[in-house]
Amino acid sequence: MGDPTEPPVIEVGDGAAIPLKRDIGLFSAWRVAFFGAIAAVTYLAITRPDPYLRILLFVPDGILVTFEVTVAAILLALVIGLFTGLGRLAKNRLVNGVASLYVEVIRGIPLLVQIFYIYYALGRIVRIPDLYSAVIAMAICYGAYMGEIFRAGIQSIPRGQTEAARSLGMTQTQAMTHVIIPQAFRVVLPPIGNEFIALLKDSSLVSILAVSDLLRRGREFAAESFSYFETYTVIALIYLALTLFFSKLIGLLEERFGADKRAA
Amino acid sequence: MVEVRQISKRFGALRALDRVSFEVYDGEKVVVIGPSGSGKSTLLRSINGLESIDAGQILVDGVNIHDPATDINKVREEVGMVFQAFNLFPHKTVLENLTLAQVVVRRRAKAEAAERAMGLLAKVGIPEKAGAYPSQLSGGQQQRVAIARSLAMGPKLMLFDEPTSALDPEMIGEVLEVMRTLAREGMTMVVVTHEMGFAREVADRVVFMDAGAIVEEAAPSRFFTHPTHERTKLFLSQIL
Repeated sequence: MGDPTEPPVIEVGDGAAIPLKRDIGLFSAWRVAFFGAIAAVTYLAITRPDPYLRILLFVPDGILVTFEVTVAAILLALVIGLFTGLGRLAKNRLVNGVASLYVEVIRGIPLLVQIFYIYYALGRIVRIPDLYSAVIAMAICYGAYMGEIFRAGIQSIPRGQTEAARSLGMTQTQAMTHVIIPQAFRVVLPPIGNEFIALLKDSSLVSILAVSDLLRRGREFAAESFSYFETYTVIALIYLALTLFFSKLIGLLEERFGADKRAA
Repeated sequence: MVEVRQISKRFGALRALDRVSFEVYDGEKVVVIGPSGSGKSTLLRSINGLESIDAGQILVDGVNIHDPATDINKVREEVGMVFQAFNLFPHKTVLENLTLAQVVVRRRAKAEAAERAMGLLAKVGIPEKAGAYPSQLSGGQQQRVAIARSLAMGPKLMLFDEPTSALDPEMIGEVLEVMRTLAREGMTMVVVTHEMGFAREVADRVVFMDAGAIVEEAAPSRFFTHPTHERTKLFLSQIL
């Protein structure tokens, strides 16, 4: 009793699972899938360069766009999410109400519908490139989920932390910025990693707009060459390799930042 | 220093404090004892406004704590509090735990705050742990850091909420020793504790609470040898 416990792990799972260390040790599904995907693509490209190699040479621009959309959207979603999370915890009824309404509305509408809606709604107000409205739509959607993650993260910090900060004369805001949020950040890292992976996959939805992401590049190639099956095989394997790569990377990052000097 | 006038507090159906009145004079050491749920922690926490009250008044240094017009943060700068669960900031080093509020609240320069912090760490006997994180310390060390963190603000009054209840027995002594030193130096202290030896030795006055009310208060010599109320006698017979 009394020992500062590890921050509780919060489970908000709707993305690809970041492998637990234990799972990696038990059976390496990750390795089989990741290297299997790469090996499959390589094998196909070598044995049947037409169309597989041609597909591979056609889509890299798309990978870059997919990556850009994902990173830009997640950064924006983090900012929206932090404020939404704080808003959901605010005592002020108006702030709390607006934040809660945002979360409820967004979580109740499919992402694809939101992307269409925000694209055409934005289109009525300003003329911005499709890429931007796609990013904004993704960010608005993921901001709501991120808000719930931040809310849970902040709530997971023991009350005693706020009390200690306040008893030292800090204002509520000072206690939040210097004591609560830095600790909450550590707690929310794993679920944010999950959201990143989920967003990477969901970013394929922006291909319905004129955004040349990975999936759209694939569709373009397939439409020209009529090799639908071959193209989508490659596209699926590339998405698989990408998500597995990032889930591994995030897992490693967490190991580094999560288990830092706090460990006794 | 502290004037508590007829305060009451309810938690739902539970009457945590029932018209409690009590004062603490400058330089006085008051130890509050009583069975769990008697309201002693609630009383202590209401003194620095961590707990709201339903009725009554609390004046600290003449300032009405529960008046909405009062800047409670200003008052808290002068009132240190030590918790049962230490509540050190786990993401900051020991030194940073001591300097954070000094810099953020008192607006002291970093160097000045650090110098003051090192002095206090020496005082509580663990200057070598300045760079360590709280989780690397024993419970006793953590509580000593927590005391130093409060002292770094330069409070006029220190509140202790069962500071040794979460500690392994062999670590209680080192924390009480720090508190004894503080008492000798003339700090005004209100201590909620189950350490009767400490109460006997350090307290100017012992306050016994039960069921949200103060049953008896007396100097420790009288309190422990000639308690007047049956409830006090029963409690003392159970713990001594």
